[in-house]
Amino acid sequence: MSERNVDILVVGAGPAGLAAAIAARESGIGSVLVVERENEPGGILRQCIHNGFGLHRFKEELTGPEYAQRDIDRAAELDIPIECSTMVLSVSPDCTAVCLSSARGLQVIRAKAVVLAMGCRERPRGALCTPGTRCAGIYSAGTAQRFVNLEGYMPGKRVVILGSGDIGLIMARRMTLQGAKVLACVEIMPYSSGLNRNIVQCLQDYGIPLYLSHTVTDIRGRERLEGVTVSRVDEKRNPVPGTEIDLDCDTLLLSCGLIPENELTAGAGIELSPATSGAVVDDSFCTGVPGIFSCGNVLHVHDLVDYVSEESFKAGAAAAEYVLHGSCGGPYIKVLDGDGVRGTVPQKIRKEAAGPVSLMFRPAGVYRGSAAVVECGGREICRKKAMIFTPGEMALITLKPEDLASLPEDVVTVRIERS
Amino acid sequence: MEQIITCINCPVGCRMTVTLTDSGEFESVSGNTCPRGASYARQECTLPLRMITAVIPVSGSRTPLSVKTNNPVPKKLIGSVMEELGRVSVSLPVRAGQVILRDVLGSGSDIVATRSLE
Repeated sequence: MSERNVDILVVGAGPAGLAAAIAARESGIGSVLVVERENEPGGILRQCIHNGFGLHRFKEELTGPEYAQRDIDRAAELDIPIECSTMVLSVSPDCTAVCLSSARGLQVIRAKAVVLAMGCRERPRGALCTPGTRCAGIYSAGTAQRFVNLEGYMPGKRVVILGSGDIGLIMARRMTLQGAKVLACVEIMPYSSGLNRNIVQCLQDYGIPLYLSHTVTDIRGRERLEGVTVSRVDEKRNPVPGTEIDLDCDTLLLSCGLIPENELTAGAGIELSPATSGAVVDDSFCTGVPGIFSCGNVLHVHDLVDYVSEESFKAGAAAAEYVLHGSCGGPYIKVLDGDGVRGTVPQKIRKEAAGPVSLMFRPAGVYRGSAAVVECGGREICRKKAMIFTPGEMALITLKPEDLASLPEDVVTVRIERS
Repeated sequence: MEQIITCINCPVGCRMTVTLTDSGEFESVSGNTCPRGASYARQECTLPLRMITAVIPVSGSRTPLSVKTNNPVPKKLIGSVMEELGRVSVSLPVRAGQVILRDVLGSGSDIVATRSLE
């Protein structure tokens, strides 16, 4: 078993890991190493061949592979080594990682700081309690996307999509363009969590019906999927008898949410947040274990890669700051979710933080003409109005240095004040 | 003639009503809350445009090549552009940005590779 020392180890070469590594290097860290389990860097962007990435960061619309390539090229310019086909088996609280690869075998990498950037995975069928048989032809939407866009296989010819998240919508269009018939997109909620743009350009453009407040209530087929039953649901999301629609299909794609992939994080003994399924972090993206940072979709699921990159640049710079000056830790101001708010990140702010500090959260419902408010000790610290808050779009409120300067208590609450 | 469309510029998703003349020309729009909505409505009801992205097989490569139109093309051309792409033959190596098909269907847009393949 070989042993190596690096300054900063980054786990994952998707957009988060690449941005963190670039920022760490640009902050003056000599030895930064990125390890990636796939055989190429780029992460999930490699299979997202549609355009629309980079509008905020680059002011132009790129496809996923093009967006990824910019960071891959920058990492190459900075001589950042990326070791692909390498699986990290464990990370310990002293910033030591055990990795496995065919090329190098088992190796121990001792780092001064670790950035966790493993991304997220799709909620699988087993977690959805769908009824029916265990036949072939049922895929998560991202798996189907990988088959079509990276491996060159079509998963089927007649397709139903359960869930109207953006990946499901994008796959409705991809499958149609590659010659399949998409019969319907079925959403249990009364609204889609996907972007309006995708509802228009991926469903309406191709005449694909979107069934809101509906779900799949039966799955039929012995070897291969033969059909599904779709039913309307009531306000409590229970199927309404008599509303069944039978659809003959050979493929069911599931687009039912993403879950941060935190096995390594949990293994390192890092506290996780039940609201985000990611690590509990402070405003420098440092987890509860000093020297271990977390960013991107492994921390909380983002809608836009631009924001993943932005967050990860901060995390990488903070990891560099820790290695160079060794500062990490409290005392902290706690950040709590209030009414209408879920999963605020960061969960704590260092009292020494000079600001500005951006608090990111998911609205719990659709709120029109409302305002996000940060309160402390019954006093309003900061307010941000928005024409609309929806669960499909991460919201952000930024605390300025003067907001943080004179807080009456060590706890702040983020809530939505409804009109 | 009236047409109702959803704005795609932001999450508000304004429902806009567009009035067209009998010959299909843009007359007015209501229901939008910003100028971006108005210009989208005008474009969408007169000449809707779309970027097309797809993958095409490459001889000698297990991984297909991802491509895009370098500019948006009229929406009504999507089907025929996909048919054109079915006829294209590409061989290794391919560099990102390489033109795969120039001026596809006389649209003025090229089909370009969005990744490299070796």
